[in-house]
Amino acid sequence: MNRVINDPDQVTEESLLGVLAAHPDLLARTDHPRVLRRADKGATPRVGIVTGGGSGHEPAFLGYVGPGLCDAVAIGEVFASPTAKSFHAAFQQADQGLGVACLYGNYAGDNMNVKMAVKLAAKDGLRVETVVANDDVASASAEEAQHRRGVAGEILMWKAGGARAAEGADLDAVIGAARKTIENTRSIGIGLSACTIPANGKPNFTIEPGTMEVGIGHHGEHGIAVLPVAPAREMAGIMLEKILADLEYGGENVAVLVSGLGATPLMELYLLYGHVDEMLRARNITPTHRFVGNYFTSLEMMGVSLTVTRLDGELDRLLRAPARSIGLTVAGE
Amino acid sequence: MADSISLADAAPVALDIARAVIEARDHLSEIDGATGDGDHGVNMAKGFRLVIARLEGTDFDLAKGFATIGDTLLSDIGGSMGPLYGSFFTEMADALDGRDAIDPAALLAMLSAGETAIVDLGEAAVGDKTLIDVLTPSRIAVEQAVGSGASLPATLTALRDAAATGLESTRDLVARRGRAARLGERSRGVLDAGAASCELILRTLADGLARHLA
Repeated sequence: MNRVINDPDQVTEESLLGVLAAHPDLLARTDHPRVLRRADKGATPRVGIVTGGGSGHEPAFLGYVGPGLCDAVAIGEVFASPTAKSFHAAFQQADQGLGVACLYGNYAGDNMNVKMAVKLAAKDGLRVETVVANDDVASASAEEAQHRRGVAGEILMWKAGGARAAEGADLDAVIGAARKTIENTRSIGIGLSACTIPANGKPNFTIEPGTMEVGIGHHGEHGIAVLPVAPAREMAGIMLEKILADLEYGGENVAVLVSGLGATPLMELYLLYGHVDEMLRARNITPTHRFVGNYFTSLEMMGVSLTVTRLDGELDRLLRAPARSIGLTVAGE
Repeated sequence: MADSISLADAAPVALDIARAVIEARDHLSEIDGATGDGDHGVNMAKGFRLVIARLEGTDFDLAKGFATIGDTLLSDIGGSMGPLYGSFFTEMADALDGRDAIDPAALLAMLSAGETAIVDLGEAAVGDKTLIDVLTPSRIAVEQAVGSGASLPATLTALRDAAATGLESTRDLVARRGRAARLGERSRGVLDAGAASCELILRTLADGLARHLA
């Protein structure tokens, strides 16, 4: 295992130290070692936005804390949900008296810990509403969409929710914007190689050389098909077909996010994006917001994920609003 | 042979459980790797190492020991297993409130409370290929033993056997809960990692109590 680490069991803690050292303008520590908050809390009181999840997906989740995005983040071990106490502490950090929107991904551990944390917050008289992202089309059928995992679509959910909060909307409106975003978002990934949790020391799943796993999850969860590695053009076609089959798209504007899974060069992500852009336009769908980069990774997994969000006027406006964070910065107009 | 064991005498069982989980770290992660993300053993071991650090050198009985395990897992572990086992041990500790010894009835009260906590949180049922496939039959076996007036040693044997049978039953099941649920049919043929750790915990509990009885 060739990794840039010290103690495999301390990777999360030690990485946080570096994040804080590198971005004091964006992130600040709190009394809770696994909770970070926005360094500059912002002048106007607004609805607080919290997210959280396992480590190993950087820049998710902590990389989306900043103006126009999230206010606080709960940080878990590599690929494991933060604790209920961490989520609870993040709620307290984000609260400015107007309630908190907890926007996170659909995983058993996160669901349980958030559920317990929301109960703890209720005892303090703090109102927390949640939206659970379930944008991964490969993780369950459309009929069982409530069982789908949350993946890179979460970024657009944070962006829209954060922008709505910055506009001064109340908690219900912020939750509404986040929910609308995720309801109009679909994602799928393709994995080309496995990844290794440092503390495990070896990969816990395999992708045979020369094959690719279509629909792979962010922790190596099995996808829907193992196929011979195809040219990027075909990968784009396979992913787009699954996404478009799941939600009626046509003659409208969309946001497109292509994320590397950790070990795929940016050059290849752009190569793939070119195909996606061309295929969408051929169907009369216009990508008006385009994001290409390592937005939501899975340690050193090779591969790519594609996310498409159907836009209306409100979502378009919210995605255009200014935001600043490690993972996503929008200059605004 | 006595038919109960004082909570003070049973205290070392809390450490037995912690050590057993730490020792099974790689084994549990390997089972988890077949259907999950392979971190089960790592996270459990991390939590139970903290438990040992907090318990060793302090004066505690079994109830306090379980309360410490519960609080540590809830505060420091996260994942799915932090809240599930955290609530399990917290509720087992609470069920010992007002008792000073473990007898078959206390064992049943403890397991029932722990089971209820896990079912409430995880919403899993028998057959979903989760730790419930170990815990529920184990509680039922203890319930039957208590109903038939079995001795504590016989009750502990029933607990141990039911846990082992429950674990083996997960091999042929298709996962319907947790991360493995996304695998569908592909989850058949391997044990469930949560069921494996649950069996280990119950077996260590049964063996530990039996040893202090002997």
